[in-house]
Amino acid sequence: MTYDPELMKPLSKPVTRPATKLDREAILIDARRELAMPSRRLFGKQLVTLGGLTMLTGCSLTDNDSVNKFLAAVSRLNDRAQAFIFDPKELAPTYSEAQITRPFPFNAYYSVDEVPHVDAADYRLQLSGLVTGQRTWTLPELYALPHAEQITRHICVEGWSAIGRWGGTPFGDFLKRVGADTSAKYVGFRCADDYYESIDMPTALHPQTLLTFEYDGERLPAKYGFPMKLRMPTKLGYKNPKHIVEIFVTNTFPGGYWVDQGYNWFGGS
Amino acid sequence: MNTSHIPVDTAPRPAAPTGVIHPVWVRVTHWLNALAAITMMLSGWRIYDASPIFASFMFPPSITLGGWLGGALQWHFAAMWLLVFNGIVYLALNLASGRFFHKFLPLSPRAILRDFIAALTGKLSHADLRQYNAVQKFAYLFIICDLVVLVLSGLAIWKSVQFPLLRDVMGGYDNARIVHFVAMSLLAAFIVVHLVMVALVPRSLLAMLRGR
Repeated sequence: MTYDPELMKPLSKPVTRPATKLDREAILIDARRELAMPSRRLFGKQLVTLGGLTMLTGCSLTDNDSVNKFLAAVSRLNDRAQAFIFDPKELAPTYSEAQITRPFPFNAYYSVDEVPHVDAADYRLQLSGLVTGQRTWTLPELYALPHAEQITRHICVEGWSAIGRWGGTPFGDFLKRVGADTSAKYVGFRCADDYYESIDMPTALHPQTLLTFEYDGERLPAKYGFPMKLRMPTKLGYKNPKHIVEIFVTNTFPGGYWVDQGYNWFGGS
Repeated sequence: MNTSHIPVDTAPRPAAPTGVIHPVWVRVTHWLNALAAITMMLSGWRIYDASPIFASFMFPPSITLGGWLGGALQWHFAAMWLLVFNGIVYLALNLASGRFFHKFLPLSPRAILRDFIAALTGKLSHADLRQYNAVQKFAYLFIICDLVVLVLSGLAIWKSVQFPLLRDVMGGYDNARIVHFVAMSLLAAFIVVHLVMVALVPRSLLAMLRGR
């Protein structure tokens, strides 16, 4: 859930060269002396060839379709590498109340005044896909579930981090309660702010993965994802969906809002 | 540029140097390492810009790689495989062949200082490129260590939950970013000095390209 409109547009500024007065005579003398040395001549040739090659291709690396395909393929390889590294028993560090970052930063692909309003009374959480139990949940039903708290570090893909306190119910237990097929590959999320995201099943079942309804002891405010945010201290910020309205269990890769634009899908920490 | 005062080429040129200066595996791993390290540095600059550690310092976007944060991350996490596996091959072959010991050792602070002064006063001989002077030995050992620190601090940032020991060694997640940045700055400084030295002794570039 990190977004900076500045980062979305590739910048390309034309390079301007300052016009300077050159002493032609001195340069020519220097150049002749340089060229008289065979090793220097060869060095120059190599430079020209390298530069020439770069210019001949006439396109920037980042626009090249086959380069992008290659990078996307490596990103999928990195998903598998991270799934391999992921230890379902390894816990993220927890912190004291004094270490909480205040104010905790707001972060989304839109500004804070565009946060969606979700009506608590009408709200129903939908469950779909490979789920056999209760498929519709009201907020009072969700609030009555077993409670857990955590003070953990939120790490953004941009690099910054912030410590926050979330309260809710362990997500793995909730999945079992609703009869989810926990041998499925993915859990997907659709959100009231049109965000969508998906995670791997091992992370969904991690003991610190919480379906949270509270922030810092208070009902989760709209800016932090009312009515609920999935909090995973083992994943980067953009993997933690807010304003969740539907949870589905599937074996078909669902992608994600940022993932479909190029962020790594696993996004593990 | 007036190069007439640069002393290196006043040293007598060796009479047709014989034998290989750099074996082919050194040359291959050198250039692959250069490609990986520079790709990671340029894409890393773009990643840094997404959330600068130092509020007043950003890299000009035009000299970074990736176009946007997502693209830069893709480059960074693709080049890391090349950097790490190429680095492992380089270190393994160096140790197995014994090259590491006879090229870089022995090395003393006194010898580094002596050769450094000799270099500044133009008395350092580059006649035999097979023999590293003490400043070279130090610089190359330094950059090997720096790259190891870059990889380890990068791992601590990428996987701060999965590698708790590494995270603690780096002083926590946020501090690992600072370690990573400082190590990158040292790499950038090394590249500048390295390129200046190559420009002063162009035969060393030929040696790294064709081995002689």
